Amino acid sequence: MATRLVLTVLVTFLGLLLVTFFIGRVVPTDPVLAAVGDRAPAAVYERVRMELGLHLPLWQQFWIYVQKVVQGDFGTAVLTGKPVLSDIRRVFPATLELATVATLLGLIIGVPMGVFAAVHQNKWIDHVIRVLALFGHSVPVFWLGLVGLLILYAWLGVVAGPGRLDVGYFDVVDTVTGVILVDSVLAGEWEVFGNAFSHIILPAAILGYFSLAYIARMTRSFMLEQLRQEYITTARVKGMAESRVIWRHAFGNILVPLITVIALTYANLLEGSVLTETVFAWPGLGSYLTDALLAADMNAVLGATIIVGTIFIGINLLSDVLYRLVDPRAK
Amino acid sequence: MSASASSRPGSRAWLLAETPHSRTQARLGQAYVRWLHFLRNPLAMIGLAIVVALIVIAALAPYLTSHSPFAQDLGNRLQAPSAEHILGTDELGRDVYARLLHGARITLLIVGLVAIIVGPIGLLVGTVAGYLGGWFDTVLMRITDVFLAFPRLILALAFVAALGPGIQNAIIAIAITAWPPYARIARAETLTIRNSDFISAIRLQGAGPLRIILGHVVPLCLSSLIIRITLDMAGIILTAAGLGFLGLGAQPPMPEWGAMISSGRKFLIDHWWVATIPGVAICIVSLGFNLLGDGLRDVLDPKGK
Repeated sequence: MATRLVLTVLVTFLGLLLVTFFIGRVVPTDPVLAAVGDRAPAAVYERVRMELGLHLPLWQQFWIYVQKVVQGDFGTAVLTGKPVLSDIRRVFPATLELATVATLLGLIIGVPMGVFAAVHQNKWIDHVIRVLALFGHSVPVFWLGLVGLLILYAWLGVVAGPGRLDVGYFDVVDTVTGVILVDSVLAGEWEVFGNAFSHIILPAAILGYFSLAYIARMTRSFMLEQLRQEYITTARVKGMAESRVIWRHAFGNILVPLITVIALTYANLLEGSVLTETVFAWPGLGSYLTDALLAADMNAVLGATIIVGTIFIGINLLSDVLYRLVDPRAK
Repeated sequence: MSASASSRPGSRAWLLAETPHSRTQARLGQAYVRWLHFLRNPLAMIGLAIVVALIVIAALAPYLTSHSPFAQDLGNRLQAPSAEHILGTDELGRDVYARLLHGARITLLIVGLVAIIVGPIGLLVGTVAGYLGGWFDTVLMRITDVFLAFPRLILALAFVAALGPGIQNAIIAIAITAWPPYARIARAETLTIRNSDFISAIRLQGAGPLRIILGHVVPLCLSSLIIRITLDMAGIILTAAGLGFLGLGAQPPMPEWGAMISSGRKFLIDHWWVATIPGVAICIVSLGFNLLGDGLRDVLDPKGK
């Protein structure tokens, strides 16, 4: 079973590289021209072509590409002039911070909402969850971000604007983890923490909204399934307090599938963060990807795509493994 | 079709006959019963109304406004909504209402083309993989796995980056990233049908795989595919709008809704209507497709109940 799992992951990863290789090498007009410009003499053109390994057969080129990627060599980003991997390492903490706060918000609100909806089935809370989910499937995240900025920042002034910090707070705390909320706590700079929090709360709430709807729905259906079981009846017959029946007995049993749901929503946030980061000028992976896209910087685009895809595969694998570890029936 | 039939006296009884006399009568009767069921679902009707409205607006866009979506009037830029410009003007003095109406054409074009490309590909890949099985099935399903392992928007972004910005390339990129779920659904349906008695009967009569797949398996997979595509329309609209917003989809001066939000963004704080109004249009249309898809699922998919 374990070998099968590893094999599946490896094949998926290779497929991912095949897709990015295809995009990078076969689709664009001419990578050599892109590197040397169209006025380069024929000799230079030929030399660069050899350097890029483009005279080799495609499968050999792909093999070289795989070796490079595995070693963490995604090439140099034209935009920054630095290796793509070091660029991504620099911007990734911002995205991690945003996605984590968003997931926490989705969890803190979504899970109790789902449990409450399961206990009070077909009451108003059920409709609220349905409407939230329907609206979440219909609204463009970037538009919601703009409207949020307009109302909460420009009109009401209750949150801070785009970016991670106000200009006055730049470089006040040392970068340890790259996550400002953590770094400011480590440095004991509560003012910086407050400012960072005021910046992150709106984009995180908007991203978190999309996971909230999903988490609430899944929690509800998991809980409904548990509450139908006989052991719940037994617990109630024994005279156990209802809150203990729900939170201790039923809720305890949905934790395992819930972990899978949370992992999947976390992975999905990476996707939502591309547009959200653009709207909020949040200097993370999403902004990096869009900047690279607009500059047609293919090394950076494909590097970021591979990283996001790998995280996706990794999270899926992790939730799979976790599921097997925690639930004895899954073996 | 069935609505006009019901207006004639006697046709209703013909449609609802307990024992139909021909195959056509049985089929029309079934469609009529489903239509009646659909009519009883108010949310689905709202969805249908929104989608029909979108089609009508797209078809009649030039007749619904006297303004051109492209005519610039720099003396009247960023005007607030007024009697002359009911939704105001944008940064080049173009009428936002006219641009919104013409934008419906682009939205419909994207959604329609993606559905036309993706539906048949998913259907064919899924049914062939499911019916033939073996290594062919394994390879095709591995390929869909790879596509499903990606966040869809990011893969579409990478394709657009390689193909170059533009509405055609956006449609191609969305189509490339959208087909795997349909192949999955068609395959799952095929697997349940493949071993049923009627397929064995047809095979014993000497029908080849092609005839069985196209003539007998594909029609049975259609309804679940149509449901899924309708439900996915909202996602396609949102992805296309996202690409437009990032400047990678429809290019100026095309009145694409995502691109309109993007260009209005610079004037958000003082002239909020320029950026927010196209977003409302996107929300309404996506909502319409979602409601319609939910309604279709109730009617067409007896297992979903």
